[in-house]
Amino acid sequence: MKILVAVKRVIDYNVQIRVKEDGSGVVTDNVKMSTNPPDDNAIEEAVKIKEAGKATEIVAITVGGEKSQETVRKALAVGADKGIHVKTEGVLEPLAVSKIIQKIVEKEKPDLVFMGKQAIDDDCNQTGQMLSALLNWPQATFASKIEVKDNTLEVTREIDEGLETIEINIPAIVTCDLRLNEPRYASLPNIMKAKKKPIEEINVSDLGIDTTPRVEQIKVEEPPKRKAGIKVANVAELVQKLKNEAKVI
Amino acid sequence: MAVLLIAEHNNKELRPFTLNAATAASQIDAEVHAVIIGQNSESAAKKLSELPVVKKVISIEAPHYENFTAENFAPVIVKLAENYSHIVCSANTFGKNLMPRIAAHLDTSQVSDIIKVISPDTFLRPIYAGNAFATVKTNDAKKCVTIRPTSFEPCESSGGNATIEKGEAGEEFSNTKFIKREEIKSDRPELGTARIVVSGGRGMQSGDNFKLITEVADKLGAAIGASRAAVDAGYISNDHQVGQTGKVVVPDLYIAIGISGAIQHLAGMKESKVIVAINKDGEAPIFSVADYGLEADLFEALPQFMEELNKLNTIQK
Repeated sequence: MKILVAVKRVIDYNVQIRVKEDGSGVVTDNVKMSTNPPDDNAIEEAVKIKEAGKATEIVAITVGGEKSQETVRKALAVGADKGIHVKTEGVLEPLAVSKIIQKIVEKEKPDLVFMGKQAIDDDCNQTGQMLSALLNWPQATFASKIEVKDNTLEVTREIDEGLETIEINIPAIVTCDLRLNEPRYASLPNIMKAKKKPIEEINVSDLGIDTTPRVEQIKVEEPPKRKAGIKVANVAELVQKLKNEAKVI
Repeated sequence: MAVLLIAEHNNKELRPFTLNAATAASQIDAEVHAVIIGQNSESAAKKLSELPVVKKVISIEAPHYENFTAENFAPVIVKLAENYSHIVCSANTFGKNLMPRIAAHLDTSQVSDIIKVISPDTFLRPIYAGNAFATVKTNDAKKCVTIRPTSFEPCESSGGNATIEKGEAGEEFSNTKFIKREEIKSDRPELGTARIVVSGGRGMQSGDNFKLITEVADKLGAAIGASRAAVDAGYISNDHQVGQTGKVVVPDLYIAIGISGAIQHLAGMKESKVIVAINKDGEAPIFSVADYGLEADLFEALPQFMEELNKLNTIQK
C-alpha cells in the first residue's frame, strides 16, 4: 500500500503574527516557519502504518514556493521515502491545491492520501474534502484514530457532539486531527539520510491547471483590541465585581 | 437569485446553529430557501418551515441520509445549486466536512468561517487563529460560504409558515459506511450556545480535579470548556475543547481556570463579553485578554469561589 501525505509550510504556531501596515497581508519576512502542525500528525500516522507492515511506500508532497521544500525534507527525515515539490508562486487557494494534488494522485496512484485537517494560516479547512470530491473517493475528516483493515480503514472522527466512527473503502482521503498521534522528532542521522532521499520537482505550469485565485483579498487588518482589564485582589472581590459591575452572575 | 441554506439537524430537531446560519443567509439575500436532508426528519423540517426568514423548505429523505454522510449529501445539494447564487451553512464539524465537497463539485472557491456579511460577495473572516481579519471578495458565480455561528444571532424560531417541498433523493455512495456516533449526553447547556462557560486547562493537573470546575459550572448553570492541553492530557473529552481547532465560544461570561492562554486557545474565546482568568502565573498571556484577573492557586481559589457564590442570594441563570 502506498500513502501520499500532503504537507504545508506555514508561520510557526508559536509566532505572534503581525499585520502589514498597508493591509496587504501578514508579515512573513524573517519569521520562523514550520510544517503545519496537523500535517506532522499525518506524516507520523503514515510512518506508523508503514512500521506496522501495512504500507510499503510513503510519498510526501508540498505545493508552494522554493522554501516549501523544507517541509518535504522534514517529512523525509521522519520516515517518508520520497518527496514531490510542486513549485508555485503567489497565492494558491485550497481549490487549486486540491486540483494539483489530484494530478499527482493520478500519476503516483497512492491508495491513501493523508493531510492535516486545517492549515493554521488561512484556517480554511477545505483541501482534503475538495480532493476527495474531485477524485470521488471517500473522506474521513478530523481523524483521531485510524485502524487499517484489509481494504478498508476504520476511522474515528472528532465531531462537535463527540466522536463518530466510519468505515471507508480504500482508496480514500483522511484529514488528521492533532490527537491522532504524537509526532516524533527527526534524529540527526535520519536528517542526514533524508538529504540523500529523492525530491521530484514539478512546475505547476506543466500540470495544465488554472490556479488563478477566485477570491480577492481586499484587506487584512488587526482584530479590534480588548480594553485592558484589571487584577482583583481576592475571590470575594472577583465575585462582587461579576455581580455588581459586570452584572453577569 | 436566492440563497440555499443547508440545515443541520438530528432528524428530530434542528441543531441550534442552523438558526444562526439562517440569519447570515438572510443578510446575503432576503430570499432564503432551506434544504433539509435526512431520514424520518419531518419534525425537523416542520421546525425549519417555522423560521420566519426561511421562504421555502426542500425536504429530501432516504435511508442513506440518516447519518449525514458528506459523500451522500454533496451530490443532491450540487443538483439544487443550479437555482441559487449562494450555498450557506454553519462552520461547525458538519459544515466543515460537507461544504468543501460541494464547492469542489461546483468548481467554486469556498469562503470559510465568515464573521460578517459586508455585501453579497464580500465577507469578513478571521485568519491565523483570529489574530488577523481578512476582507475577501469572491468572484465565483456560485458562492459557497460557511459561517461562524457565534458571530451571528440566531433568527426567530417561530411565526413563519414556509411551504415544504419534497426533493428528489440521490444515489447512495457505497464506499463510506457509518458505524457509530458516541455523543456525550449532558444536562448542562451546550458549549457553543451557553451564557456562561467555565473552562479548565493544564493547571487542573488531573481529570479528577475537573470536579472543581463541574461544581462551579453547576452552580452557575454554565457549560464546561477546556484548553487543548487539558484534552490532550486526557483530563476531559474532545467535545469540550475551546480554540482554533476546537469550538469558538462567545458567552456573556468566560471563566478560564489554570489556562495559560496559548494563541490557539484565545482564538476560541477572546470575543466573550466578560473574561475572567484565574492563574497562579501572573505573566500568563490569558491575563492580557481578561477583564478580571485573579493571580492565585486555583486549588485555593475554586473552593473560595464556591463559598462566595453560595453566599449570593440570587444567581442569574
